Amino acid sequence: MVDVWVASEPSAGFLQFLLLGLVIGSLYALIALGYTMVYGIIELINFAHGDLFMLGSFVALGVAIWPMGVTSADAPTGAIVATVALMLLVTPLFCALLNVTVDRVVYRPLRQSPKLTVIVSAIGVSFIFMNIGLLWRGATPVKFPDLISDVNLLEGTGLRFTWKDLLVVAVTVPTMIALTVFVRYTTLGKAMRATAQNPVAAQLMGINVHRVIAVTFALGGALAGVASVIYGLYIKAVDYQMGFQNGLYAFTAAVLGGVGNIPGAVLGGLLIGVVGELSKAYLGAKWSEAVIFGILIVVLLFRPTGLLGARTREKV
Amino acid sequence: MNVLRHWLPILFAVLAVYPLVPGASANRGEQFTILFIYAILAQGLNVVLGLCGLLHLGIAAFFGIGAYTVGILTVGFFPFQQSFLVAAVAAVVISALVGVLTTAPILRLRGDYLALVTLGLGLIVLYAIRNLDPITEGTKGISPIDAGPLPGWSGRNLERWRLYPDWGHHWSNYPYFYYLCLGLLGLVLWLVRNLEHSRLGRAWVALREDELAATCMGLNPARLKLAAIAVGAGLGGLAGALYAMALRTTGNPQTYDFTLSMLMICCVILGGMGNRRGVLLGTFLLIGFDRILTGILDNQIQALVGSASPYLKLSGWRLIIFGLVLILMMRFRPEGLLPARRIQHELHPEVAEALGQAAAEAELASSPAAPTTPTPTHKP
Repeated sequence: MVDVWVASEPSAGFLQFLLLGLVIGSLYALIALGYTMVYGIIELINFAHGDLFMLGSFVALGVAIWPMGVTSADAPTGAIVATVALMLLVTPLFCALLNVTVDRVVYRPLRQSPKLTVIVSAIGVSFIFMNIGLLWRGATPVKFPDLISDVNLLEGTGLRFTWKDLLVVAVTVPTMIALTVFVRYTTLGKAMRATAQNPVAAQLMGINVHRVIAVTFALGGALAGVASVIYGLYIKAVDYQMGFQNGLYAFTAAVLGGVGNIPGAVLGGLLIGVVGELSKAYLGAKWSEAVIFGILIVVLLFRPTGLLGARTREKV
Repeated sequence: MNVLRHWLPILFAVLAVYPLVPGASANRGEQFTILFIYAILAQGLNVVLGLCGLLHLGIAAFFGIGAYTVGILTVGFFPFQQSFLVAAVAAVVISALVGVLTTAPILRLRGDYLALVTLGLGLIVLYAIRNLDPITEGTKGISPIDAGPLPGWSGRNLERWRLYPDWGHHWSNYPYFYYLCLGLLGLVLWLVRNLEHSRLGRAWVALREDELAATCMGLNPARLKLAAIAVGAGLGGLAGALYAMALRTTGNPQTYDFTLSMLMICCVILGGMGNRRGVLLGTFLLIGFDRILTGILDNQIQALVGSASPYLKLSGWRLIIFGLVLILMMRFRPEGLLPARRIQHELHPEVAEALGQAAAEAELASSPAAPTTPTPTHKP
C-alpha cells in the first residue's frame, strides 16, 4: 500500500496529485519492466517478481542498518550518499542473482512444458519468497530508515516536491533510459529481441537462448532491486506482503501498456500511479485499488492487447 | 491394491461413520466439515480450469459472494431473515449470475489476459465487500448467522436426534451440518461426473485441448465457456454459503482474497486437473495439511521441544512447504497425483504409448477368437 500523502500541505489540488502519481507511477514502471521483459521472452507471468522486490527491500534495510549504521536524515550527507549508493549496488545484485538462480533451478527445466506448469511453479516460488520474508522480519511492517530529507524543493509554488520525489525520478528515469538503450542498441539486446520474437529461429541463428533468458531474468531482478531500495526510502516501511500488492499493480501496469512491450510498461506504470493517486484523492483511499483494476478491465475490453501492444495473431 | 482402487467410496464411508464413533472429537468433525466445503469449491474450479481450461484466478470471489448472500438473507438485522435453504439457493443463483455477467464481456481475451482480468474481478469483489460497510459490515463480517435449515424450522427441532451430548445445540455446528456438507460433496462429485460424460463436458474438453479445432467442429466457444463459468461459480457460491453457515459468520473479508484462489488452484493442480477424484484428493491433502495436520504437528513439536518459537512451528513454514510441493510437482509430476487420462497422455507420450501397447496385448490375450493374430505391428 502506498500511502504517502502528507495532509499538512495546503490544498494543492489536481496538479499535486498528478505529480505524486507520476512519481509513484515511475516506481511501478520499474517493477513492471521486470514482468514485461520476462513475459516478452518466455511468456511467463512471473508471480514471484513482486516477492523478489519485497526480499530486495529487506536486503536494502539490512544494508542500511548493519554495515553503515545510518538510520536517520540527520546523519552527515556523505554517509547518507554512501549508504544509498551501497544499497543501490548490493540490492540489485542480490535480486539479479536470486532471479537467475530461480530461473536456472525452477523454470529452465520446464522450458518445453505447457505454460500453466511454469505459471504454477512461479506461484510456488512466490509462496517460498513470501514465507522467507515472513520468517526473516516477522508479520508486522518494519520501519525503513528515513534517510532522505522532506524539504520541499518547490516551496512557494503551491506544489510539493521533496528530495524523496527527486530521488525517485533521478533513479528511475536514467535506469529506464539505460534499459532502452541496452535493448535497442547492444548486441545482447538485439539477441533478446530476437529470442522474444522467435526462440527457435534465434537459436538457429546461433544465439544462446538459455543465456539470453538468464540475462533477461538478471536485468528484471536488478530493476526490481533498484525499485525496492527507492520504495523503502520513499515509503519508509516494508513488510512481507508488500510484494503481492505492488507486484499486482506493476503487473497490471505491464498488461495495461501491452505486456512484452518496454515503453508500454513505463506508460502503464505512470498511468496506474496517476489513476491511483487521483482516485485516492477524489474517491477515498479505499476505492483506489478497485478503480485501478476497473480501468484495467475496461482498457482490455477495447484493446485486448494493451495500449501499446501489437495485435498479433494466435499461432495455430 | 484392489482396495486402494476403490478408495473414494471407502473414504466416504469412513467419513460418514466418523461422527457416530463414541468419543469422536467434535472439533475435529467441524474441521472436516470445512474440508468438505473447500472440496466443493475446488470442484467448481475444476470445472472451469480442469475441464474447460480457463485459468480463472478469482474463484474466491464466488465463495465470498455465496457467503455474503447467506449472511445478508438470513441475519437478524436485515429485513429478509430467510431460512438457510432459501439463502443457499439464492447464493448459488447469484454467484452463477455474477460469474456469467462478469465473464461475458471478457471472453474474447485469451490465455494470460483472461487470467489477469479474472484476478482483477476477484479483487474488485473483495474490495467491494470490504468497503461497502452498510451492507457487509466491512472488516467485521456479518454475524451471527443463525438461520434454521428449512423454512419454519429452527435448529432446536433437531435436538431430539442427538446421539452424544457434545453434538451441540445449533444445527450448523455438528454433525447435522457435517452430514449435509458430506452429502452435498457427494452430490457435487456425482454431478461433475455426469457433466464430464455429457455432451457439454465433452465439448469443454475439446475446447480445452484445441479451441480452434473445436470451433471448426461447430462448437460455440463463448456459450461453452459461459456454461463452465456458471457451473463453477455456482458451486463456488454453494461452498461459500455453507462456509458462512458453518462458521455462523462471514468472517473477515480477507478470507476471500487472492490467497484462497491460489490455494484452490494448487489443490486442483496437485490432485490432477480435470479429474474430479484427483481434485478431491488434492484438496483433502493440501487443505487437510494446512488446516488440521499442521495444528496437530505443532502441538506435538511444542510438547517435544518445549518452545513456542515461530521458527519451530510448522505453520510458520507452511508457504515454503506449499511452494516446494508445487515446484516439485510441476517438475516431476505435472499431471497431478491422480491425473485425467488425456492430460497424462499429453504430458508423457512415452507412457501413453506403452499403455496403449499393453492394452492392445491384453486385448489379444483375452480374445481367444483370434489366436493366430501376430503381435500388433502398428503403434496405437
